[in-house]
Amino acid sequence: MYKNFLRYIISVLFFLGVSGQANADFKVGFVYVGPTGDHGWTYQHDEGRKAVEAAGIKTTYVESVPEGADAERVIRQLAQSGHDLIFTTSFGYMDPTNKVAKDFPNVKFEHATGYKREHSNVSTYSARFYEGRTLLGHMAGKMTKTNVIGYIASFPIPEVIRGINAMTLAAQKVNPDIKTKIVWVFTWYDPGKESEAAQALIDQGADVIMQHTDSTAPVQVAEKAGVWSFGQASDMQRFAPKSILTSIIDDWAPYYVERSIAARDGTWKQQDTWHGLKEGMVAMAPYNSAMGSDLVKEVEQLQKDLASGKTHSFTGPIYDQKGNILVAEGSVADDGMLAGMNVYVKGVEGDIPQ
Amino acid sequence: MSFDLNFIGILIGAIMASSVPLILAASGELITERSGVLNLGVEGMMIIGAISGFALMVISDNLFLAVIGSMTSGLIISIIFGVLTQSLLTNHVATGLALTIFGIGMSAMIGKNFVGIPGKEFPLLFVNLKENIPFLGPILFGHSVILYFAFLLPFLTNYFLKKTKIGLIIRAVGDSPTSASNQGINVILVRYSCILYGGAMCGLAGAYLSLIYTPQWIENMTGGRGWIALALVVFATWSPIKVLIGALIFGGITISQLHMQAVGLRIPVQLLSALPYIMTIIVLVVISRDSRKIKLNTPTSLGQIFYKEK
Repeated sequence: MYKNFLRYIISVLFFLGVSGQANADFKVGFVYVGPTGDHGWTYQHDEGRKAVEAAGIKTTYVESVPEGADAERVIRQLAQSGHDLIFTTSFGYMDPTNKVAKDFPNVKFEHATGYKREHSNVSTYSARFYEGRTLLGHMAGKMTKTNVIGYIASFPIPEVIRGINAMTLAAQKVNPDIKTKIVWVFTWYDPGKESEAAQALIDQGADVIMQHTDSTAPVQVAEKAGVWSFGQASDMQRFAPKSILTSIIDDWAPYYVERSIAARDGTWKQQDTWHGLKEGMVAMAPYNSAMGSDLVKEVEQLQKDLASGKTHSFTGPIYDQKGNILVAEGSVADDGMLAGMNVYVKGVEGDIPQ
Repeated sequence: MSFDLNFIGILIGAIMASSVPLILAASGELITERSGVLNLGVEGMMIIGAISGFALMVISDNLFLAVIGSMTSGLIISIIFGVLTQSLLTNHVATGLALTIFGIGMSAMIGKNFVGIPGKEFPLLFVNLKENIPFLGPILFGHSVILYFAFLLPFLTNYFLKKTKIGLIIRAVGDSPTSASNQGINVILVRYSCILYGGAMCGLAGAYLSLIYTPQWIENMTGGRGWIALALVVFATWSPIKVLIGALIFGGITISQLHMQAVGLRIPVQLLSALPYIMTIIVLVVISRDSRKIKLNTPTSLGQIFYKEK
């Protein structure tokens, strides 16, 4: 009797243990580089997390995690505390993610904007923001009267340089006289500095301002000064209703939901994802009607062509600043070249900070 | 780059606007330090001022209330520092650092509901004159009332410390709290008042950022300006006028380096970015190298714990 009871207990415990490992306790963790309240990069990732939560999957997140030693500790802790899938959402988490992945082969990892997949349980994903920049360049080239486009840049990494180049190429196509003026602020977000940079560019004659930084300060400066601007990462229209022509929106939600469900159901596989307008990871906010219905139609068509692959942001011939050919006529830049882009195209002023 | 006079006027106006938070916070901290209290919580008090000002503006739709509220909240948070360091005799440095960390966290928590709300237009004075008078117009006019106050403040502070009796008492307390106490001065009361004043000014500096300079709330939006204000006080050797000069140089080089980039000058960008810090230190060290004056201005008991023997 006593023996039977013990057997019963053990089998119950065993059953609980097994079911605990299955999807009942499935949890997804997120690591953010900034605060969820930045209304930019991290905010959009958190919107994605909320979508996962809405799909009935438990999530947790840790915000404002500095890139470096702290990141590894946080990721390790998430892995240890029973998370089955962990999204690490900044470039600087690349090595920590791979390091932790080695020690937790049963946990799946997804690293944003990186390229290292050292273990079979690490995937990478990123968005083709440059496709959005192409649309911005088209609008900027058409809208500028001074032929000067001001660009607030954060750090000299391929992603930022790719955006500058894509924008300049598209603007040149519709307006060969345009000049791109760039100010590097060396921060992803410092509203004070960003607004000073925007003001400096406007004072230097730019009548279209765009940014690769995350705060809404530059569009507000543009609104006050009466020049055109574009929002970054999320729809910033309500901060500058007259000035903003559109915003590039990062929409991570579908990807996060899809991958979380795949991991829960056991169909998750390692992959490298680079999605753009076609898949909806890059989306455009509504176009400002102030630019005229003809231009809106043009841009909408261009957006369709970029999404369908009929047009590519980097179609040859493309030259660098010295006039050397980068992409031959009739061909398009391949993903390898795009991922490692570290030169300006012809028409961009100044040098890339080394 | 256009070198016409009006453009330079606009540039100077922009520089003045960018140095306002530094002037306000540094002037407040200067009084605190002259009384012998080292409050490293400037950044924390500024960010609390920024969020309370913005939150009150959203809730009440009244800018006057928002400005007053931001000063009050800076004052309230500095009471924590006052109680800890003056009544409970904790270490100034550690308490100040804790105050900064507390302020940043607390502001983020309050601010959760205020993210993504556009700010309100702050009324600017004499906008017509700004546009009609070349060069001097953009320098002197078209600013907010807080900017005019900020530029008056160092002179008022200077007069207050040097020419008034209360100023003398504060300096006495900062130099030798024991002797001041023996003279019948209530050292704790004086230091409390100076801490509260410093808190209010830092709150105002924060409100300038969230209400006028970049009218919105974003976490951590002070971006280290509190630390720069703290450094300014030390490098200006506790002289209010030099604080003003230092703040203008810092703002000036920050803004002009952005212009230099936009013009496309072939100077390494990293050097340009570091320039404001380097130049401000060099200039302030050069203008304050008179060691006799430094001795005169330095609050000797800075950061030391004072307790009255009974």
